[in-house]
Amino acid sequence: MLLTEQKILELEEKANDIRESIIEMLVEAGSGHTAGPLGMADIFTLFYFHILKHDPKNPTLEDRDRVVLSNGHIAPVLYATMAHAGYFPVEELKTLRKFGTRLQGHPHREYMPWLENSSGPLGSGLSQAVGMALADRMPARPSGAGEDNKDKSRFIYCFMSDGEMDEGNTWEAIMLAGKHKLRNLIAIVDRNNIQIEGYTEDVMPLEPFHAKWKAFNWHVIEVSGHDFRSLNEVVEEAQAIYEKPTVIIAHTIPGKGVKEFERNYEWHGKPPTKEEAKMALVELRTLGGKIKSEHQ
Amino acid sequence: MLNPKLKLNPKIFSTDVEQVPIRKGFGQGLLLAGERDERVVGLCADLTESTQMNLFADKFPDRFVQIGVAEQNLVTVASGMSAMGKIPFCSSYAMFSPGRNWEQIRTTIAYNDRKVVIVGSHSGISVGPDGGTHQALEDIALMRVMPNMDVISPCDAIEAKRATLALAETPRPAYLRLVREKTPIITTEETPFDIKKAEIFWMPEVGLAQVGIIVTGGLMHRALLAAKELEAEGIKTKVMNLATIKPLDTEAILALAKETKAIVTVEEHQIAGGMGSAVAEVLAQNYPVPIEFIGIRDLFGQSGTPDELIEHYGMGRDAIKEAVKKVLKRKV
Repeated sequence: MLLTEQKILELEEKANDIRESIIEMLVEAGSGHTAGPLGMADIFTLFYFHILKHDPKNPTLEDRDRVVLSNGHIAPVLYATMAHAGYFPVEELKTLRKFGTRLQGHPHREYMPWLENSSGPLGSGLSQAVGMALADRMPARPSGAGEDNKDKSRFIYCFMSDGEMDEGNTWEAIMLAGKHKLRNLIAIVDRNNIQIEGYTEDVMPLEPFHAKWKAFNWHVIEVSGHDFRSLNEVVEEAQAIYEKPTVIIAHTIPGKGVKEFERNYEWHGKPPTKEEAKMALVELRTLGGKIKSEHQ
Repeated sequence: MLNPKLKLNPKIFSTDVEQVPIRKGFGQGLLLAGERDERVVGLCADLTESTQMNLFADKFPDRFVQIGVAEQNLVTVASGMSAMGKIPFCSSYAMFSPGRNWEQIRTTIAYNDRKVVIVGSHSGISVGPDGGTHQALEDIALMRVMPNMDVISPCDAIEAKRATLALAETPRPAYLRLVREKTPIITTEETPFDIKKAEIFWMPEVGLAQVGIIVTGGLMHRALLAAKELEAEGIKTKVMNLATIKPLDTEAILALAKETKAIVTVEEHQIAGGMGSAVAEVLAQNYPVPIEFIGIRDLFGQSGTPDELIEHYGMGRDAIKEAVKKVLKRKV
């Protein structure tokens, strides 16, 4: 879909708002993950405000694209993006992880039924997305009654992390998607090079990452996870691929938007303190010093 | 005597009683369910013929997915298909599914509230010569402890077929436990079937029963033989078929306990956490009576014929009779 300069400016502003919300939610919750949600804010913004076929006022719209979040621990970016998109009030974000909240520490459909999946334990999202994509390619009518060709009218997007590529379940899903040439499936991997205990290449090396996906018969695209124009182009490319599933390896900066958090794996699984949050919000509200006075 | 209302197989006690593997009933049931509802789909982890899903796969190749030897993927892909409105049945050996993929079942099916039927074939010690690695003796415990998960363990092929059809129409996640070995046919197509209800298969001709025997799965025939011999010895029993272990028919279990005041549970499974434990939980809270448990006593299995193994691990007809006599002595 055409992405104008004006739209890019709007998306940048929206992503910044979402990052502010993420910081505010985490400091209020007192626990949760910081680096991943900040790193994925641009991608979530682009999808929910430009790419996805969805309707926040009619979340069960039959023909909507499906978003499967595999690494549920980045829930803050999912919740913040959905709130800003109009699924529920932005004020509700402050209930994250608190007793009685719809915003469970890791997403749970029982509390928020319009989520496509519950998640938390790593490595199972891609298989669920594969199941969805397979279902859309099955004839809806009894065998022999002709093809339905529903696939390609809606897409199954799976957002996943690089760390969860350690899980065997992920590779089982990659194999099956390659076998069935699931053209309606697009995986977006947050290649931020960190996981809870360190850098991915120290914990369990994933490289040659691109070549591995390719060897499993996927169409592989690499892109910066912070460049709206390039991201939009590669999603269009993925949608146009007809003979394979596509993986978009999105190179992101963990903690993106707050210099002190960026690229440091120690920010994978902890929230900012009140002081750190204050500093982070000033940085976000002044766009890292690009504008002088912070707007409240 | 056999409960006359249930129209059970009149040849149950003949030496030439027809014997069919319970898993075969599942295969026939899935084929029928597939014919009735186009949303029914089948997924298998390279054991299509062993789990009898081949009947469905041959008839509906477009609605069958060969997952390969990947049980974690088996259930998670099924979860995704359910999200898109399909009714997935996924089959493997019980040892591998739910044995290997328990967390995936918990998160993506039960917690996620996706209607998927997990079919675990080759459960119990009667898997036989393959040995202990392949004998799932913990699967009832694994699945009944999981919230939002029903657990069904049919006693013969006909009941397995009817349970499969019922599960295709039940909008809940479920585990269907099957047995490999040929098992005597006990029920008939005329036997009343309600997946929620436990039924009394054997009862005294007159008067009250002294002991209630509660059975799940493939040991039913042995329990009926034991009950018949006990009757000849003057001990009156009732034998209950408890195919649905969860949700439990507590009303029927309490009625049996109130009548007999002594219970024996019979299952091809670890005593810890199995059907007997479920019965004990209900009785301990509502109507405590002495219970004897027939099952595996905290051991792994080994190679052997099904009969040898069932005898060796104390789950045969004589063991059931002994348990009945023992619990009778414990009655207050």
